[in-house]
Amino acid sequence: MNGSTAFSAAPRHAASTTPVLEVEDLSVRFTRRGEAGTQAVDGVSFSVAPGETIGLVGESGCGKSVTSLAVMGLLPKRGVQVAGSVRLDGQELLGAGDRALRKLRGADMAMVFQDPLSSLNPTVTIGVQVTEVLKEHRGMSGKEATEEAADLLDRVGIPDPRRRLGEYPHQLSGGMRQRALIAMALACSPRLLIADEPTTALDVTIQAQILELLRELVQGSGTALVMITHDLGVVAGLCDRVHVMYAGRIIETADRGDLFARPRHPYTGGLLASVPRLDTTRGTPLTPIRGSARDAIPWAQGCAFAPRCDSGRDDCLTEVAGSTVPLESDGAGRELRCRHPLTVPPVAGSPTTPGADR
Amino acid sequence: MTAALGSTRRDKIDELAARAGQVPAGGGGVSLARSAFRRLRRDPVAIIGAVIVVAFLLVAALAPWLAPRDPLEQALLSEVRQGSIPGSREGFPLGVDQLGRDVLSRLIYGSRQSLLIGVVSTVLGAVAGMALGVLAGAFGGWVDTVVMRFVDILLSIPGLLMAISISVLLGQNQYALMIAIAVTQVPVFARLLRGSMLSQRDSDYALAAKALGVKRSRIVLGHVLPNSLSPVIVQATLSLATAIIEAAALSFLGLGDPDISRPEWGAMLSSAQAVLSFAPMLAVYPALCIIVVALGFTLLGESLREALDPKFRR
Amino acid sequence: MLRFIVRRLLQLIPILLGLSVLLFAWLRALPGGPAQAALGERATPEDIARYNETFGLDQPVLVQYGKFLGRALQLDFGTSSRTGQAVTTEFLERFPGTLELTIFAMVFAIGIGIPLGYLAARRHGSWIDSSSVIGSLLGVAIPVFFLAYLLRLLFAVQLGWLPGSGRQDVRIDATHITNFFVLDGLMTREFDAAWDAVLHLVLPGIALGTIPLAIIVRITRASVLDVVNEDYVRTANAKGLATATVRRRHIIRNALLPVSTTIGLQTGLLLSGAVLTETVFAFGGVGSALRDAIANRDYALLQGFILILAVVYVLVNLLVDISYGLLDPRVRVR
Repeated sequence: MNGSTAFSAAPRHAASTTPVLEVEDLSVRFTRRGEAGTQAVDGVSFSVAPGETIGLVGESGCGKSVTSLAVMGLLPKRGVQVAGSVRLDGQELLGAGDRALRKLRGADMAMVFQDPLSSLNPTVTIGVQVTEVLKEHRGMSGKEATEEAADLLDRVGIPDPRRRLGEYPHQLSGGMRQRALIAMALACSPRLLIADEPTTALDVTIQAQILELLRELVQGSGTALVMITHDLGVVAGLCDRVHVMYAGRIIETADRGDLFARPRHPYTGGLLASVPRLDTTRGTPLTPIRGSARDAIPWAQGCAFAPRCDSGRDDCLTEVAGSTVPLESDGAGRELRCRHPLTVPPVAGSPTTPGADR
Repeated sequence: MTAALGSTRRDKIDELAARAGQVPAGGGGVSLARSAFRRLRRDPVAIIGAVIVVAFLLVAALAPWLAPRDPLEQALLSEVRQGSIPGSREGFPLGVDQLGRDVLSRLIYGSRQSLLIGVVSTVLGAVAGMALGVLAGAFGGWVDTVVMRFVDILLSIPGLLMAISISVLLGQNQYALMIAIAVTQVPVFARLLRGSMLSQRDSDYALAAKALGVKRSRIVLGHVLPNSLSPVIVQATLSLATAIIEAAALSFLGLGDPDISRPEWGAMLSSAQAVLSFAPMLAVYPALCIIVVALGFTLLGESLREALDPKFRR
Repeated sequence: MLRFIVRRLLQLIPILLGLSVLLFAWLRALPGGPAQAALGERATPEDIARYNETFGLDQPVLVQYGKFLGRALQLDFGTSSRTGQAVTTEFLERFPGTLELTIFAMVFAIGIGIPLGYLAARRHGSWIDSSSVIGSLLGVAIPVFFLAYLLRLLFAVQLGWLPGSGRQDVRIDATHITNFFVLDGLMTREFDAAWDAVLHLVLPGIALGTIPLAIIVRITRASVLDVVNEDYVRTANAKGLATATVRRRHIIRNALLPVSTTIGLQTGLLLSGAVLTETVFAFGGVGSALRDAIANRDYALLQGFILILAVVYVLVNLLVDISYGLLDPRVRVR
């Protein structure tokens, strides 16, 4: 195994088309004066094809949001070092000028954020917040933009769009706000849409509606969608391909069906086992993952998940194995960063079973 | 190899985690006051403020030993030569004032009176304001309405005008000065404490205590009040600065303490204005004292605010 | 919006009533009472007795208060014992000067404070930032009258660049219609008189404007620092809006909300804070009159001026509330 992090496992669905977004060996390091830097993202690579939906999954703090902000070029400039490569339709974004990035953002790539209330400017009407994108990128005039904005709101399922245009964010419900944000993101039919936990702040019933809306909007339009989530339910319903992240690195990549049927990384297994399932006997306790993301050790010293892992051995540590744990191909269309992967799918209630030595 | 967790491995990982500077989860909680104090000690702004404040408090406490001369003693007229007021001369490091008194000694003794006015008026204002605030915050309802209307009325008179009217009413003495400044501080403390008590009263822990059947007086005195105090402490520190500056302003308007046996910076500054054009340093020295002390309290107050604000806690 | 304003106006009534009670009680609590206040310190006991009878001061307190309130509503606050003029007349003569001075001071404070605060926040940690933080701390620590004296000593007495006392050069024979000297000069086309009046505003205006300047810099800086980290600014950037649009519509618009409150509050305070500055510059406005009244125990004038200034202060704060409602849609609806 070569341990390279290149596109050895290109998405099946997009084998014939060129990807919209290619992220290669992306690293983000936060440096604060007088403190040792924090490696938030560490050599992450993935790609998304037109019309494809991928999921970046992990606990909070695993670097999935930072990855998306790095792709959009929205990380603060000071105290952050970004390395690697991010290409949108073949165009390199890292190191591109602010002006060039602003031309792309909102037009070719757009983003929907987690908390719709705080993500909307409270003192500006919804109308202005939608039309400003149209004016900026599509050069529309006031009247034209208003027409288009009403049309957009209608398309994302906001009733009585003309009235809503004159209202302020606080006058809308949570679901409506998120719809409005989605309308803004889709105003210029972007090639790439990144949704960062778009349903986390919403009621459960609204969550499903928003996900359904995203699916409808992406389907057929050829927009590539990156879903960032900690919620495996979202992944199950929406994503074609899933990248599981832990402590800034991708630890497992697989197609959705594969991943749910046969998780290989103990962390993925743990995530699945901590979700309540209907098909287990009543009274079976859930199996949460021990500890929290704060317990991660630096990758240079071994597998970051080792302190929480039930399958871990001494050779998970660099000191013992003599090398860090690489991300390697793991069968068709799969990648894995683990020396002792699971062999049997975990079931809620049963302890995760470590596999045999390779 | 077995699947059992080797104790050696766990130890090794713990050790690694420690080396990486990350504490494993489950480290004991730290009380707000202690963590605030810890952050204050690391904050250079807080240290500068504290050093200034402590230095001046020490000067005030040790005035009789520090002052080279009697602050009231007037040098012989022959020594006070026309056109050389004040001048550095033997025994008078900062010169003498118009009446031939040693400026340095007056500054040192003046710190006592100035700090005293600041502290007493702030404490008076804070206690009265807090009493009103507790009344409004603890009882709510019509008590709250009445108290807050009263506070609104006090707030509707700009601070300086309020201080002027009260010192005019009470006559000219140091207590009138302190009370006048204290009254201007009352509304701020009342509003602050009421506001923070109201938000604490509606907080989940207070509701939880209520649900457990804890008596209201116990909730208010045992939980709500202590948790509402930090903004008051911050405000009191900042108010010390305003009180000292305000005392100087009242002195300047002729409403200060007329007792000349107690040197005070505000009075020194005011009386120096008359000779400002040919002896500016007579005004500059007390003004500097006021500025530096006010700055010290402000820096301390601001860093306290940051240290006590949960938003900044890490 | 209209209901919001009406409700605010109604809330004023108890405050203004309370204010009148306080000041009525204040005058009665003074040594010598209202008679002394009206007649001055040299009044004989016979004078006082006659006065008490004429003005019904031997009547019950409530009746007296009713009369006081009635007169106050007709803007009658008695006569100044020093000048013998009606307090209201005195106030109207002097207020325009103070208003001019306050406006100048606030223009100075806002004009420098907001850009400086914004710059400090955007260059967080730079020397501009540190020096504006230090400067704003110093600005509130300096006694205003000391700063006023320093400015006067340096720029008027030593350098002679700017006038250091009064509202207008006495050698200028200007026509005064409104008592706003700058406005008068413009209206009568006596432009040299207007310019001279402006020059007379510079030093006291700067002295008076220093505290609001310091506070505006601090609030603007803190507010901009808060706002640039808001999610909606990130959204605006994610939408690829031009930097200027993000700055104007999404950062400054929201950052100025708390600043606007501060500006209003400070404007109200300046109208009375002028007492120190005006004294130093012998400006002859409301502040100078207050200072003279304190020195001469002119209680009637003190009472009237304080009452009027408090009402002005309350009204300014009402205006602030209303404009805040216009700026922040969340307040309007509530």
